[in-house]
Amino acid sequence: MDINYTPEELAFRDEVRAFLDQKLPKEIASKVKKNQHLGKEDTIRWQKILNEKGWMALHWPKEHGGTGWSPIQKHIFEEECAEYGAPTVLPFGVNMVAPVIIKFGTEEQKKTYLPSILNSDVWWCQGYSEPGAGSDLAGLKTKAVREGDHYVVNGQKTWTTLGQHADWIFCLVRTDPNAKKQEGISFLLIDMQTPGITVRPLITLDGEHEVNEVFFDDVKVPVENLVGEENKGWTCAKYLLTFERTGIAGVGQSKAALKHLKEVAGKVQQNGKPLIEDPLFRNRLADVEMELMALEMTNLRTVAAAQAGGVPGAESSFLKIMGTELRQEITDLFRRAAGPYAQPFLPETFEADYDGEMVGPDFANSVSTKYFNMRKLSIFGGSNEIQKNIIAKMILGL
Amino acid sequence: MDFKLSDEQRMLEETVGRLVRDGYPFDVREKARTSELGYSTEMWQQFAELGLLGVPFSEDFGGFNGGGPELMVVAEGFGRGLVLEPYLATVVLSGTLINSLGSDSQKEELISAIVGGEVRLALAAYEPEGRYDHTHVATSAEKSGDGYVINGSKAVVLHGDSADKLVVIARTAGSTNDRNGLSAFVVDASADGVSRRGYETIDGLHAAEITFNKAPAELLGEEGNATDALEKSLALGIVALCAEATGAMEVACDQTLDYIKERQQFGVAIGKFQALQHRMVEMRMELEKARSMTILAACSLELSAPVRAKRLAAAKALIGKSGRKVAEEAIQLHGGMGMMEETALSHYAKRIVMIDHQLGDLGYHMQQLENLLDVDEDAA
Repeated sequence: MDINYTPEELAFRDEVRAFLDQKLPKEIASKVKKNQHLGKEDTIRWQKILNEKGWMALHWPKEHGGTGWSPIQKHIFEEECAEYGAPTVLPFGVNMVAPVIIKFGTEEQKKTYLPSILNSDVWWCQGYSEPGAGSDLAGLKTKAVREGDHYVVNGQKTWTTLGQHADWIFCLVRTDPNAKKQEGISFLLIDMQTPGITVRPLITLDGEHEVNEVFFDDVKVPVENLVGEENKGWTCAKYLLTFERTGIAGVGQSKAALKHLKEVAGKVQQNGKPLIEDPLFRNRLADVEMELMALEMTNLRTVAAAQAGGVPGAESSFLKIMGTELRQEITDLFRRAAGPYAQPFLPETFEADYDGEMVGPDFANSVSTKYFNMRKLSIFGGSNEIQKNIIAKMILGL
Repeated sequence: MDFKLSDEQRMLEETVGRLVRDGYPFDVREKARTSELGYSTEMWQQFAELGLLGVPFSEDFGGFNGGGPELMVVAEGFGRGLVLEPYLATVVLSGTLINSLGSDSQKEELISAIVGGEVRLALAAYEPEGRYDHTHVATSAEKSGDGYVINGSKAVVLHGDSADKLVVIARTAGSTNDRNGLSAFVVDASADGVSRRGYETIDGLHAAEITFNKAPAELLGEEGNATDALEKSLALGIVALCAEATGAMEVACDQTLDYIKERQQFGVAIGKFQALQHRMVEMRMELEKARSMTILAACSLELSAPVRAKRLAAAKALIGKSGRKVAEEAIQLHGGMGMMEETALSHYAKRIVMIDHQLGDLGYHMQQLENLLDVDEDAA
């Protein structure tokens, strides 16, 4: 038993660090660290840098341009990226639709879609949730009817993250209305430029435009855009949900956030002393630190099990719950660190080119928007209650 | 990075596992618990025969030369069986302190006797006014003839009632709360000047309030040098307690899961109810965290003092927090049956909760962690 990295793993970490030192644009890392707005161009720029290095597709097999890394290497890479303030790679193309295409797609589909995903030339979004199908995803109603060499799609998707920038959307659609819930669903790739598609912004409680509704009105989709067999889309969806999720615990993000929180709490004054010396605040910081140590070790145990050939299944549900609750707790502490200055809402200060005066301490402008934004963590990707249902069924046999 | 046990560690795990499975069914444990001694001397001899009493000691004394992970494996197995024998008191706390401080002849005599199962010890460190602070020592020792005499009182000395010898922490210099000036002594428990009030603890173990009135004592090693060694032994004790708690929490979770699968109400197994399923999931999540922190603690004993202290504080604090949750939820999900003395689960719950009262509780270790907040984990 040895909880430390091997010399080879440490050498790999040095290689990752050297790459991030040299290639991660400072202005992008600065935006990430200051919680400023990242534009589409920032994300694409970083993803193209990753692709040049061959480090874009962590989870793909090598033959398709993936890294071929071990679970421990992926873990190290993700942790270092978070530490350095690298933008999160958008998962919809590279980590969501691509693995499904690799697993279930035709050779033609692989040739058509994979290279542009790897090079971030095409922006993908996810068409899963509907107004009536959230946790009960299989209750989706958007229908696709075969007419000759096309499907005609009608319906509505929602919570479509960054769909306003998307070139393509992958959708779960109902192709057999008479089959049992899970059995009449198909996995379709749809060009967002197709006539009949309307994207409407949904503004979230933090004032951001991150998610959208997407309406389909007699949208004609070529049958060759079907991935896998017709009515077997649920298999694709399930594969995607159980796909390797080494980063789901967000340990790197939490570590970076906690470090920042300690710096901030060391500067903010309360009763003539730094806030970090306040017994109540310090106790909560210590509690987060303790929980983070437990999460990190649990994550490493899961990663090591994957390294040894195990397939992380429902265990990643534990990590999702623990990791998201911890990240939310840290945003709560940031909000408290800002004190009364958690209140001012000045969205213009989130732009990197804002050169006006700040209100209150520099860090305070984003604490509340971040806090409210991060409520999503326990809701999306299978709400934490759904994760508990999964554990109850898959691990506990209840 | 590798979380697999080595072959030797796995053998140790199997040895303890078999012993607990075969030799420690609930009714046998109950018989030992309710005996006057509170445990079984036959079982203690079995520990000796299997080499378990030598785990942390060198091969010179017939030991196993084990470190944190080996101790973890043993203690976790003991936790699964709610083992009553004074392993923590004799081997982990007293034995390792003698091993750190004792002269060659003292070690030759005492460690060999421990490994052979010939002597049982207790560590008399904490005091009535000192709560969990091991540096709060008012008990004093002064030179007398060739040896020393000790005056003072020690509180809730685990297995102090039945120990043959006591390892006593006493002050040879400084004032009550000084970190320095502590020395360790061996005192014959039956000597004149030692009075013991023994009692059973709520979790079925035994302890004693001990008063020393000019009790004759033999110094271990050099005078005034015991603090660092004491902290090393307490760190090992924390690893053992974390692991014991993890083993006991595992059984509490398993028994609760079995119970909610069997118990029928409203015409179905109560485990079909989502309200209970989610609570069961949360118990398992706490168990996973406890296991993770126990591994972290067990693998951190050789690190620099601040990093070691930080990780041990975090581990013991988490065990206190998670243990309470698992114990309370296990009783709750067992309903009335969880309240019964005849239900094994209630004994697991009691031990898990009482582990928080040994070698520092949640509040104490959170305070330690708060003091060590600036220690950089990655510098380990």
